[in-house]
Amino acid sequence: MHGRLYAIIVKEMWALLRDPRSRLILVLPPFLQLFLFGFATTLEVKNFDVGVYDRDGGRWSQEFIERLGGSPNVGRIVSLSSPQAVRAAINERAVIAVVMFDQRFSADLSAHRPAVIQAVLDGRRSNAAQIVAGYLGVIAAGMGAEMVADAGASAAGSRSETVISHWYNPNLDYLWFTMPALIVVLGTVSGLAMTAQSVARERELGTFDQLMVSPLRVHEILIGKMVPPLVIGLLNAALYVILIPTVFGVPLTGPVLLFFLALVVYLLALIGVGMLVSAVSLTQQQAFLGSFLVTVPMTLLSGYATPVDNMPAWLQVVAQADPSKHFLVVSEGVFLKAMPPVEILVNTWPMAVIGLVTLSAASILFRSRME
Amino acid sequence: MRPSFSLRRLYAMLLKESLQILRDPSTFLIAFVLPMIMLFFFGYAISLDPTRTRIGLALQDSSAPALSLAQAYENSRWFDVSGARDVATLKRELVAGRIRGIVVIPQDFSRQLQSPGGSAQVQVITDGALPNAAGFVAAYAEGVRATWAARQLAGDGAASGEPLELVPRYWFNPGLSSHFFLIPGSIVIVMTMIGTLLTALVVAREWERGTMEALLATPLTMTEFLATKVLPYFLLGLGSMTLCTLLAVFLFGVPFRGSVLALFAISSAFLVPALGQGLLISAVTKNQFMASQVALLSAFLPSMMLSGFLFEISSMPRIIQWITYVVPARYLVPSLQSVFLVGDLWRTFLRDIAVLLLFGAVFFVLALRATHRRIA
Repeated sequence: MHGRLYAIIVKEMWALLRDPRSRLILVLPPFLQLFLFGFATTLEVKNFDVGVYDRDGGRWSQEFIERLGGSPNVGRIVSLSSPQAVRAAINERAVIAVVMFDQRFSADLSAHRPAVIQAVLDGRRSNAAQIVAGYLGVIAAGMGAEMVADAGASAAGSRSETVISHWYNPNLDYLWFTMPALIVVLGTVSGLAMTAQSVARERELGTFDQLMVSPLRVHEILIGKMVPPLVIGLLNAALYVILIPTVFGVPLTGPVLLFFLALVVYLLALIGVGMLVSAVSLTQQQAFLGSFLVTVPMTLLSGYATPVDNMPAWLQVVAQADPSKHFLVVSEGVFLKAMPPVEILVNTWPMAVIGLVTLSAASILFRSRME
Repeated sequence: MRPSFSLRRLYAMLLKESLQILRDPSTFLIAFVLPMIMLFFFGYAISLDPTRTRIGLALQDSSAPALSLAQAYENSRWFDVSGARDVATLKRELVAGRIRGIVVIPQDFSRQLQSPGGSAQVQVITDGALPNAAGFVAAYAEGVRATWAARQLAGDGAASGEPLELVPRYWFNPGLSSHFFLIPGSIVIVMTMIGTLLTALVVAREWERGTMEALLATPLTMTEFLATKVLPYFLLGLGSMTLCTLLAVFLFGVPFRGSVLALFAISSAFLVPALGQGLLISAVTKNQFMASQVALLSAFLPSMMLSGFLFEISSMPRIIQWITYVVPARYLVPSLQSVFLVGDLWRTFLRDIAVLLLFGAVFFVLALRATHRRIA
């Protein structure tokens, strides 16, 4: 039996690696994706352009505009001279926000009357707009606080303050979150597609029937089909684990060996899902589109694009069945949080259950198809 | 000399393609089930709007001010607070990701508060592994403290009120629902799937099975061939887009302020480069597995990540910003969001349509050349 298993594994590895173009597509994209998407996929809002419609033109509006220009997050400041120009600038996305000062702005502030800055923001990008409004509000509050302090009106009574420390990622560098998450997401996207198509391709070309009538048992065929995606997935992840701390400077603080153990379990769970898809599809097209249909919700539920915490309660329950969700916790934990072994195992066993269920279901389906 | 274009041949081929589409359940899945799944996720499940965040509160002082501040945290609508006496327990929860932040009201809180010149410190520890959630916890924890402090002052009879305040108004989406921009964005993904992925797969299958050579040996001209490969998927893409729009407007309450004409004009313009890219990929790879991988990498992932649909382009490094200029979806996302939320902005629409058609022309020329080379 070992001879047969060995033979089928060699055959599957050959099938995958024989074609130079397919070797390239297995190795090159992971590199490109890591660099491209690592830097691109940030939910931070930086370098945005702001319009200014200044009907005041006084000392304090100038002061605010200077502070705005001094903010590291603001890109260009665009001077606008009419309400029509404001509308056009927002509509055409020349700016994401416009701050507006009315004629009495400086006069009010000089007379110690409370003043208001109107800001118009592009609600088409409501998420970025809110963050921009936050930045602008901080600048206004800072300027107001300094004016109060200058006037000597600071309260002498009781004082309290908030001291904030961000653990695991002191500067809240978004890249530190993205990099460990990309191991998970890119693994899901390529792992599922690769597994689902390998069986479907043989089925479409008719060679799967030949495999079935060979002395190979069903489970041996399945193991043979599982090895290439497992090997490729492990190699890609190993590459990432080397590149992420060295090139991108993201700390790797947890136990690496346990990370790879969890990774193997995660890949097996993914392969199980891929096998299920290929068990129900007849052609490569069906397998690919089917695996895609599974990939999208799995990625969205993993917590990569939006935190699982933000989802409705019932969906958080559904997300428990998503191996990517569990492995994302492990990956972030091992890289950033020096996650203790117990916590890694706590997040690994659900993936083992998912893998066991999907793989046994797939092998039952294959057996029943054979008869 | 055979005529370069024959309606009869075109009709026959269109019939063949359409039957092929209708017979395969996976086409139906991708054109109608996937959009519904995506809209469902973006409409209900995925939200970038802040909700209640779980935090831990370590209350180490039992004086009246400390208790009232703790009360303020518990009453905040932004936090789900679980209490503990010591920080060590909460730290374990933070590592495990069960809470996203820790607020510590230290032992000497009220003493510092009452000592002249002293400053009572509230410590806030966040889970920096999730930078956005961490920033949110920090900002709102400080907000709760500031409001509490202002109330305390007001209780003492001191006047409060900001000397300078910024009042934001959000045009087009005053309620700030993130699904107003996520749903139009997901339409882009769906059209990319149909235009590029599906077309690439279908044509690659013809190459792989050798039926392509058979087709090319028929009197079918290249123009007819492209038309028959492209038209059915073009219509499928528009159909799927229409379904998405109807669901978005009637089920998810996304406003539709532009015109139907503009919506179809922009969508049709996007489908041209999408289909062209699909044909090009299939002509170059001639193999379904390769075609699917290349389409995934060059069409789906860029549409998702580099189009400005989820991630702000201006925040990306300069080099990546340049790369986004060659992602067709980058020109569709803003126009589509405008058609839904703003109205007809024909000046920008026409500019985007022109760019998209240009991309389309380039892809089609390349696809034609790749096909020709293959036959020769």
